[in-house]
Amino acid sequence: MSAAPGQTVGPFFHIGLPYAGGNELVPPGRAGAIRLHGRVLDGDGVPVPDAMVEIWQADPEGKVCRAPGSLRRDGWTFTGFGRAATDPDGHYWFSTLEPGATQPGRPPFFAVTVFARGLLDRLFTRAYLPDPAGADPLLDAIESDRRGSVIATRDEQGLVFDIHLQGPRETVFLSFPKHRGVWA
Amino acid sequence: MTTTQADISRQIEAAQDGVHEHQPRLDYPAYRSSILRHPTKALQPADPEGVELWAPCFGHSDVAEAEADLTIQHAGEPLGSRITVGGRVVDGDGRPVAHQLVEIWQANASGRYAHLRDQHPAPLDPNFTGQGRCLTDADGWYKFTTIQPGPYPWRNHLNAWRPAHIHFSLFGTDFTQRLVTQMYFPGDPLFPLDPIFQSVTDPKAREALIATYEHDLTSPEFSLGYRWDIVLTGSHRTPLDTDIEEPS
Repeated sequence: MSAAPGQTVGPFFHIGLPYAGGNELVPPGRAGAIRLHGRVLDGDGVPVPDAMVEIWQADPEGKVCRAPGSLRRDGWTFTGFGRAATDPDGHYWFSTLEPGATQPGRPPFFAVTVFARGLLDRLFTRAYLPDPAGADPLLDAIESDRRGSVIATRDEQGLVFDIHLQGPRETVFLSFPKHRGVWA
Repeated sequence: MTTTQADISRQIEAAQDGVHEHQPRLDYPAYRSSILRHPTKALQPADPEGVELWAPCFGHSDVAEAEADLTIQHAGEPLGSRITVGGRVVDGDGRPVAHQLVEIWQANASGRYAHLRDQHPAPLDPNFTGQGRCLTDADGWYKFTTIQPGPYPWRNHLNAWRPAHIHFSLFGTDFTQRLVTQMYFPGDPLFPLDPIFQSVTDPKAREALIATYEHDLTSPEFSLGYRWDIVLTGSHRTPLDTDIEEPS
């Protein structure tokens, strides 16, 4: 089967994609809530004010959420999915919970997708929690000088994860097996 | 120096000489905003694990049925030609993507977005926002009622015009299938000139972005019908897993 090509979200995606509460997987300030935030930056290190970040994560026990309700949150159900547009400073933030490991011994991570005007197709990456312990096939495969680009750092409210679309600190972006040979 | 359509068309043509790719080339200078916003290093191959093998769930608590009709969101009827756009979402193995979220946004009939940053001096339509959502049915079908969007100018180069399109956002059954793309209308004369459309260098792959006119989707005395089927990449989960509600 031939997979449809992607196309950029363009400059006007705010009409269609971001929604109220999209970045609040849990209400800010709730016990256990952390802020995951950062900036999206271009090849010159200039913030990208028209980007969008999505996260998809396990709950703190490492369970993959199967409950609907991400678009109209009830304030109680943790759905694991969030969406945030960047602001004029290229900054995004989520109020969420730290994910647990979905497999014992594996370092936990947020699955992250990035969209932007000027970016012709979405990009996938991961934001690992700080100090990932134990063997991890992806982290082990990334050269040591770039590994930090997929590991969040800690600040007072939670976690910081900057996304560099290009440049000396370019984030490691991922391709998955079924992305290859998509045209038969 | 002003960049003209002739300059851009030369770049588009030069890119056609290389390998034909089925996904957009991220490094595609004819789309000038991409120059500083594309990764320069090869994507890192990864095996999906944990959450990546699952997609977020959306349900009727998330999406009201009326959200699939972009023509009833305001007090009056929007201007322009009413159209019905429908089709089927399947994964790379041909399996329907059931009960999953489809989101769209678009310009109005005059080619103007209801967005502060759109300064194209074409009229806004107080009866048209241009945003819709629906869930696919059990067999992967989706359907929207909307207005034929107009083509519009943009500032990529002098006299740059985008072919009319509707933006689509899709989820599959695992997160790696996430897709945001644009649906185009058949026979648009702007296709060869548009660097965003042409960033997909394989002509057959570009065709996958073009809807077809379908009379069976046309409603008498009401709207013209367009069919657009969407194939996502393959799921990394085995089919059996889809029967399991809770991952262990």
